[in-house]
Amino acid sequence: MINTSIDNNVFYSLVGLYLILAISSLITAALKKYKPNKDYAELIQRVNSWWIMVTIFTLAMVLSRSISLIFFGFISFLALKEYLSMIPTRRADRRVLFWAYLAIPLQYYWVSQQWYGMFIIFIPVYIFLLLPLRMITIGETKNFLQAAGTIHWGLMMLVFSLSHIAYLLVLPATDTFQQSGVGLVLFLVFLTQFNDVSQYIWGKIFGKRKIVPKVSPNKTWAGFVGGVLTTTILAVALSGFLTPLSLEMAIIAGLIISIGGFIGDVTLSAIKRDIGVKDTGRLIPGHGGMLDRIDSLTYTAPLFFHFIYYLYF
Amino acid sequence: MNRLLRFIFYRVIVRFIVSIVLGLNVRHREKLPKQGPAIIVANHNSHLDTLVLMSLLPAQLLPNVQPVAAMDYFLSHPVLAWFAVKIIGVLPIKRKPAVRGDNPLLPCYDALSDRRVLIFFPEGSRGKPEILSNFKSGLARLSEQFPDVPITPILLHGLGKSLPKGEAILVPFFCDVFIGDQFYWTGDKKSFMQKFEQQMTQLASEGQFSTWE
Repeated sequence: MINTSIDNNVFYSLVGLYLILAISSLITAALKKYKPNKDYAELIQRVNSWWIMVTIFTLAMVLSRSISLIFFGFISFLALKEYLSMIPTRRADRRVLFWAYLAIPLQYYWVSQQWYGMFIIFIPVYIFLLLPLRMITIGETKNFLQAAGTIHWGLMMLVFSLSHIAYLLVLPATDTFQQSGVGLVLFLVFLTQFNDVSQYIWGKIFGKRKIVPKVSPNKTWAGFVGGVLTTTILAVALSGFLTPLSLEMAIIAGLIISIGGFIGDVTLSAIKRDIGVKDTGRLIPGHGGMLDRIDSLTYTAPLFFHFIYYLYF
Repeated sequence: MNRLLRFIFYRVIVRFIVSIVLGLNVRHREKLPKQGPAIIVANHNSHLDTLVLMSLLPAQLLPNVQPVAAMDYFLSHPVLAWFAVKIIGVLPIKRKPAVRGDNPLLPCYDALSDRRVLIFFPEGSRGKPEILSNFKSGLARLSEQFPDVPITPILLHGLGKSLPKGEAILVPFFCDVFIGDQFYWTGDKKSFMQKFEQQMTQLASEGQFSTWE
C-alpha cells in the first residue's frame, strides 16, 4: 500500500519535519517552566495542533496517491464549507450551493485522470458559466451578482487554486523532469507554512512599520522582509533535495512562495474584516478554522505549480 | 435489538453526517444534562435539530431521551411511525386534544416521572429557517408541574440552512450549537417565559451568524 514514489529524500524531509515539531514542543515546555508568569495555553495548543496536522498530512502523502487526492479534495470541501457558512448567502441559492459542492469531486477526478485541459478550465469556464444558469432557473434576481460573484470566488480560491497542489502529484515524468510529486508538494506546503510562522516571528521581534494597516494591523515590513529572506534561503537549501530546480530557479520559487503566501494571508484577512469575524472557524484548536490555515496556499499553490509547469512541460 | 438499532443510527449514521457532511461548532458542551429527569429546549428549524441534539448526548443516556413531537405528523404513516418511535425515540403528543380539557402534555409528565430526558421544541412545528419564532407556553406548563427538573436551553443555528422544511437535499454548512445555563421554574408563567427568552437571546448574541435571506 505504501506509495512507491516516496524516495529517500522525501523520507528524510519528513523526519526533519518531526524534528522541528519536537524542538517546538521542547521550546514551549521550556518557556512554560522557566517563564511561568505568562500564559502559554494558546501556544501549546497551536503546537499540539501542528503535530496532528503534520501526522494527518504525512499519512495522506505516504499511503497512496488516491488517498492523497482524496485528502486534498476533503481539504477543499472543508474550506469551501467554512467559506459558504461564513459569507452571506441567499436562501434561494441552496441548490446552487449544492452544485458548487459537486464541483469538488469532479475537479479532483480530472486530476486523478491527469486530464490537464479539463482540470485547468473546468471551474474558471464551465462552472463559471453553469452556476448563473442554475440561479436563473430558480429565478431570484435580488443580489444576483453578489451571490454569483461570492460563490464563484470561493470555488476559485478553495477548489481550483488548492487542487493545483494535487496536480503536482500527478505530473508525468519527462526527460528533464523525473521528480516525485510528493517532494514538490512537501516543498510547497512546508515552505508556505514555514513562511507564515517566520513572518510572524520576525514581525514579533523586529516589527515596527505596518505594511497593510487597514487590512491586517499586525503585519509589519520587518515580518514581511524577514519572512521572504528566510523562506527563500530555506527554499534554496531544500530545492536540491526535493525539487529539480537550479539555484536561480530555487531563488525565484522561494520568492514566489514567500510573497504569494503573504498576499494569500492578507486577502483572507480582508475578507474576515469585511464580514467582521476574527477566525473563520474553530476546526483547528489554536489556529482557528481551516481557511485560517490554508489561506496562503490559495496563492502559493497555483503560482508554484505554474512556475514548475512552465519550466518543465 | 431496538437499543442496538438506535445506537447504530445515532452513533454511526447521524454522527457521520453531523461531523463530516455538516460540522458542528458546539459551545459549552459541559452544560449538557448528564442524567434524567431533565428537559432540553431548543429552537426548531429542521429535522436535523433532533438528530443533532441526540447525537451530542452521552451514549448511556440515549435509551432514556425522547424528543417530543406532534403525533399527527409523525404517526401519519406506519413506516414513519415505526422509525420515529422505535429508532428516533419520539414521544408523540397530540397538537389539538380530541376532547376539550384533555391535557396533551400528559405523556411528558409520565416521561419525566420516569426520570427520562425530554427534548422540547417550544416553537411547535419547524419555523422559517434560522428565525426564532415566538415560543409557545407548553414548556411553562410542563415546568410548573415539575419545578425541580432542570431546563437546558440550546440555540441551534445553520441546520435550517442545511435542511429546511420541505427540502429533501442536504446542503453542507457548519452549524452552531450553543448550550446555555440550566434554569428552573420561576414561580409564575410570565417571568418564566421572560427568563427563557432572555436565555435564548443571550445565546444568540454569542454567535455571529451570516445573513440568509
